Parts: sequence; structure tokens; C-alpha cells
Amino acid sequence: MSDLPDELRGLPLHDLHAELGGKMVPFAGYEMPVQYSPGVMKEHLHTRAAAGLFDVSHMGQVILRGADAETLALGLEGLIPAAVLGLAEGRQRYGLLTNDEGGILDDLMFANRGDHLFVVVNAACKAADIAHMRAALPGIDVVEVTDRCLLALQGPGAEAVLARLAPEVAAMRFMDVATVVLEGAECWISRSGYTGEDGYEISVPNDAAEALARRLLADEAVLPIGLGARDSLRLEAGLCLYGHDIDTTTTPVEAALHWSIQKARRTGGARAGGFPGAERVLAELEGGASRLRVGLRPGGRAPMREGVALFQGDEALGRITSGAFAPSLQIPISMGYVPRALATPGTVIEAELRGKRAPVTVDSLPFLPANFKR
Amino acid sequence: MKYTEEHEWLRPEDDLIVVGITEHAAEQLGDIVFVELPEVGTEVTKDEECVVIESVKAASDILAPLDGEIVEVNEMLVANPGKINDDPMGDAWFFKIKPSEPEQMDEYLDEAEYNRLIG
Repeated sequence: MSDLPDELRGLPLHDLHAELGGKMVPFAGYEMPVQYSPGVMKEHLHTRAAAGLFDVSHMGQVILRGADAETLALGLEGLIPAAVLGLAEGRQRYGLLTNDEGGILDDLMFANRGDHLFVVVNAACKAADIAHMRAALPGIDVVEVTDRCLLALQGPGAEAVLARLAPEVAAMRFMDVATVVLEGAECWISRSGYTGEDGYEISVPNDAAEALARRLLADEAVLPIGLGARDSLRLEAGLCLYGHDIDTTTTPVEAALHWSIQKARRTGGARAGGFPGAERVLAELEGGASRLRVGLRPGGRAPMREGVALFQGDEALGRITSGAFAPSLQIPISMGYVPRALATPGTVIEAELRGKRAPVTVDSLPFLPANFKR
Repeated sequence: MKYTEEHEWLRPEDDLIVVGITEHAAEQLGDIVFVELPEVGTEVTKDEECVVIESVKAASDILAPLDGEIVEVNEMLVANPGKINDDPMGDAWFFKIKPSEPEQMDEYLDEAEYNRLIG
């Protein structure tokens, strides 16, 4: 792949995507399929109606090992506001790496897989995340997993499709993790995803990934889905995209991700604070943040995308951080930050699109109810 | 029929020019979800933005290919933007323009030249 501009890295399933008609684009340093021939709209709707297979192998997969489970859990708690200690074996949680100001360095999933924690981080952040964890966690081994692909099988049909290969996956609940043999390969599976649908994320050895992907795609319920539909699916589900809806300038409370901070880590909890930026984050948990991430519904049919400025009268409120036309809702939807006083659903503010003001209504998130298997 | 390098087609109809986008353009844009048309009676200058199209992927502009007056717009597209993907060369025209400098048509591509451009 050395002839690619900017040293774009190809992933193990690159040729399969090309064979499937994937339109490849640079994303976080990798060549990734943004869509296949049906296009974003049909891929999105297919995922909500049946099942979609996503290659998310660009994401970082990291294994953390410590002297013992408690040392390991308390170590990671030093970097994230979520409770790690107490997470049962075979369970996964959502977490945030914070900086000293309480800003978000990355969002991640971490799973208790018995003798280690398995962490999945964003592609664009993974090098920095790993360096950060290594520097901050002496005594804990931080190993990037580079010999595995990550596939996501998402949609109401996902359980039936995957259970045809391994019946035990049907018994998994939302945020369970398990080691399951698929097509002869040891896979690390979680029942989770980034679409608001039921589904699985599957870490599969590189040399078995193509055969597994082909086997899943051979099921008539499954279509390959590109990053374009992944983005519209997660937006309808009200999920944040790092670098857009959350970044180092937004705190967990501002981002309305307070639910990811369990009671034990909050003021008065058994292990309150102790993560970077805790002072600010705990204060915001108690007293509220000055601004909040909210859902926004543009009044007309024009999508309002990232960067569109929000106003109330002459006062600039902030900007839209994600926006698109929502294929399942058939309306434009956006997310952005507004002052707390204006964050109540139903509040009407204005956005400036192509030089013209248009009304935008604050809405609750998610736009579309999640369809998880609890 | 003439074509612009911006992937518009221009079809003479009496003393008017009907403007739309090519099949190639519609395919590249992906599913179109929103169209904003100019107002009838607007005087436009060549290369002035006069239509906004939003697909699921991004916003794009259609430029006025000629100097002139917009005399008719295809209102049907506002309610049915997906029509542009279904029938870009036929029913999904955008507007009709009465050119003030009809010779501006001469600089545009014929079908063979356009096909080479997108080849």
C-alpha cells in the first residue's frame, strides 16, 4: 500500500471491500469503505430492518493487564470517570479518557475479560490513547492488538444471523462479552454497537476475518454497510462522534454523558474522583454544566451540518456538532451545544444556514429509541 | 443538448434553456434529500450559485450556466428530492432560464465531449 497518498494504511479486508463495490475513502489514516452500491440511505434502512456488517478494523483494540484484577481496575479508574472495579467478568462499559481540565481525550468501551481488560478506542486517537495509558499506568501492560480485525454485525436480524454460526450468542445480553469460536477462529464478541440497534462487535483474528465476513455476508439478511450509514445510524441513536460532538473542550457533563459516571466515582461515592479533571467534572455533576449537548430538529427540510452557528436573537449560542438527514425519520436532525437554560426539549432557537436564520427546536436524545437486548 | 463541466445538462426548449444535472452527477451525489430552488423572476449571472442540493453525504451548489432570467422552476423537486436520483435527465429538471446571452451555450460540451470528461 506504499503507493497510497499520505501513507494510507490498508486493512486486511481492503480487497473484500473493493470486490463488494465499496467506495474507498481515507479515514483516520486508513482506506475505508464509505458506502457500497446501494448507497447511504438504503444501507442505513437495511441495517434497521435486517442486519448490516461493518468493518471497523481501523479502531484501536487494546489489552490491559495488571498484577491482579483490583490493581488493574483501580489503575484504569485513575484515567476515566467510570467505575472499573465492580464491573463483572463478561461485562462491558462505556468510558471516557479525560484530561486535567475535564475535557474528553477519547471515548471507549472497556470489558472485563477475566485476566485482562479489553479496550476499544477510536482510530484517530489510538496512538495518543496508548501513549497516555502507558505513561500514566506504570505496572500495567498496555498492548495494542494488531493481529485482529473488528467487525460489527448490527440490526434486528443480527442475533439470528450470528446464532446460526454459534447458538450461544443468542443468550448474550446488551454489553455482555464472551469468547466464541466462529468458523473455527477464537473471536471476542460483545453485544453492543454504534447504531442504536441490537447487534455484536466481533474481534476476529486477521487470518480468519475474510472467511467470517464472507460467511456472514452469505446470509440473505446481511448487507455490507459503509461508514456513511454508520454515521447516520449513530446520529439517530444520539451517539457521540469523537472529534465532532465531543473533544478536549467538552466535559462529560456538558456532553450529557454523565450516565457513564457511576455512583462510586461521584461525590460521596466509595471512590469519588481520582481521575483527570475530577474537580470540574464532579462540580458539574452536582451543580450542572453551563452548556449541554442536545438534539436539534431543524424546522425545514434542509440538513444542518457540523459548524452551523446557533443563535437566540443576537446572542451566539454555539455550533452544531453533527447533522444530517435522518433516513429512518425522513427529517433532518442535528446535535449541538446550547446554554443549559435553553436545553429543555421544545425550546426554539435559531440556526444560520447559508446566511439565513431558520428555527431549530431542541429535542431529547436519542432521536430514535434504541433497540437493545437488555 | 449541451453539458457543463459541473455536470449540468442544458436542453434548448423554444427560446428557453432547461437545466438539470446528469446521471453521473446524481450518482456521485448519492441520495438527494433537499433542494432549494431560485425564485421565478430572478436575474442570474453565469456561475452564480442558484440551486442548493443536499444529499445524505453533503451540500452542493448548482451554478447558473448562463446569464439570464429564471422563468420556471420545478417545484415538484422540493417535495420529492429523491426524484433527482430516479430521473435526473428527464422529469427532475431544476429550472428554465431565458438566456440574455444565448451564445454562451457555444462554449459548453456536446455529449461525446462530456462522456470523455466523465470517462
